Amino acid sequence: MSAVKTVKVDYLARVEGEGALYVKVKNNRVTDVQFRIFEPPRFFEALLRGRDFTEAPDITARICGICPIAYQMSAVHAMEAACGVQVGGQLRALRRLIYCGEWIESHVLHVYLLHAPDFLGYQDAIRLAKDYPEIVQRGLEMKKIGNEIVEVIGGRAIHPVNVRVGGFYRVPTRRELLPLAERLKWGRDAALATVQWVATLPFPDFEYDYEFVALRHPDEYPFNEGRLVSNKGLDIAVPEYEAHFVEDHVAHSNALQSARVGHGAYFAGPLARYTLNYDQLSPLTQEAARSIGMPPECRNPFKGIIIRSLETLYAYDEALRLIEQYEPPAQPYVPVPPRAGVGHAVTEAPRGILYHRYNLDADGKILEAKIIPPTSQNQKQIEIDLGQFVAQHLDLSLADLTWKCEQAVRNYDPCISCATHFLKLHLERE
Amino acid sequence: MAADTAGPVLVLGIGNAYRSDDAVGLLVARQVRAAAPPGVTVGEESGEGVALMDAWEGALRVVLCDAVVSGGVPGTIYRLDAQAGPIPTEFFNYSTHAFSVAEAVELARALGRLPPRLIIYGVEGRDFHAGTELSPPVAAAVPELVARILAEARDL
Repeated sequence: MSAVKTVKVDYLARVEGEGALYVKVKNNRVTDVQFRIFEPPRFFEALLRGRDFTEAPDITARICGICPIAYQMSAVHAMEAACGVQVGGQLRALRRLIYCGEWIESHVLHVYLLHAPDFLGYQDAIRLAKDYPEIVQRGLEMKKIGNEIVEVIGGRAIHPVNVRVGGFYRVPTRRELLPLAERLKWGRDAALATVQWVATLPFPDFEYDYEFVALRHPDEYPFNEGRLVSNKGLDIAVPEYEAHFVEDHVAHSNALQSARVGHGAYFAGPLARYTLNYDQLSPLTQEAARSIGMPPECRNPFKGIIIRSLETLYAYDEALRLIEQYEPPAQPYVPVPPRAGVGHAVTEAPRGILYHRYNLDADGKILEAKIIPPTSQNQKQIEIDLGQFVAQHLDLSLADLTWKCEQAVRNYDPCISCATHFLKLHLERE
Repeated sequence: MAADTAGPVLVLGIGNAYRSDDAVGLLVARQVRAAAPPGVTVGEESGEGVALMDAWEGALRVVLCDAVVSGGVPGTIYRLDAQAGPIPTEFFNYSTHAFSVAEAVELARALGRLPPRLIIYGVEGRDFHAGTELSPPVAAAVPELVARILAEARDL
């Protein structure tokens, strides 16, 4: 029998954007893995040069239709750091609240419509919806509540316009936020049901000794602030980021792949946040984790769907807490006078840490911008996962292996539209 | 009351202003808005499918406009009637979204959430790289698209 087998999937669906994936197996050994991204990601960094520092939140929000808040939050925090301004109190709380909305939107979309079909053997969510309409309807309703949070605070759900350096153009009244509370209570119950549901899915047997990297804050589960830490010794302030992480340009990809200096690939996103910040989750979320037997550390990336569901539960819980404690601030924003300097920020996008750095002149003109989206940071680890997974599952049929490879990429909910545009899958066996 | 033929029309332009030809739906929506008769509401969407389903919720008559890639000549205008049959998913696969227009239409169909009238205008795009300019053939198609959508909104 010929030793050559080729599996080719031309279009990898259900990831944000498009790209390419190539796995080669020769004599039952994985000889090459390439997670390819074709388009240079630097358009926005160039676009930002010469623009006013106040424009960055709205310009960078356009990089991704799924996580505009993450881009706005990293931009405003970096600009405020450059100008030496700190935003606290209820403005800070509103930023957490709007981020809760985005986590809900993004996580629910991924859990219900993009990832669940993999586990249940459906080609897509449309076929899933035909068999399980009530489950899909629940997901759609849960996601809508995330949109509503973003809309009330951000001005609109798609490309929100109300976020500015220093705070918001306008802050909501208590009366505007209170109707959300009832919706959030329903959503929290639905999130609890989601946790129970995803825990019953079949999970491939796969673990890896990851270096998890996430923000860690002494008092709260991280969204906007904290030190950057890992389970392998990293503990740095955000401005030190570029001394500890490098971007490699690899021949097969136009996107740059991040690595920790002296350590290599790392894992950012829900598994990392959860494992490094389990103690900061709300009691309800910890209780939900215990109820399904999920320990405080998770190294099976396929179980990311469970962790996303737990983080969704946390986001509803946290949003409710923030709304209950909300008092409209006297001013919708803190004045941020420009000054020459450099500002850095990392915030926790749904997919993981999103780094922004801006160099400003004395008038607040942007001299240089650097943006490292979470998908670029995870790219190297995705390649490693694929190589390891294929090596451990060579007994699977080609069709099964291909399916599982796609699923393994989707474990990271890669937002390739942030990093680039195309994704296609090629799996080749010799 | 003939619910299917009365009441407002919702026109939704879909796209990303920083993805060259992907912006065409947004630009068309803005021109339709400027010339729209009373009773025509115009919105702009990123193309994320679930948000799209929310946007058309409750609307009886909806016209969508988006860039498509089907291997045709750039600038070609397509008109699809969602009630007539499934939308080919590969038609919209240059969307940067995992769950985009075609999936939203089909998911809505599966869940019984399709508007009674849903017309989709697609324009064949050529360039979807990061950028803020339409390619010449797509830019040239804009006036006809605007005119046809305005006429559609009157007659729908």
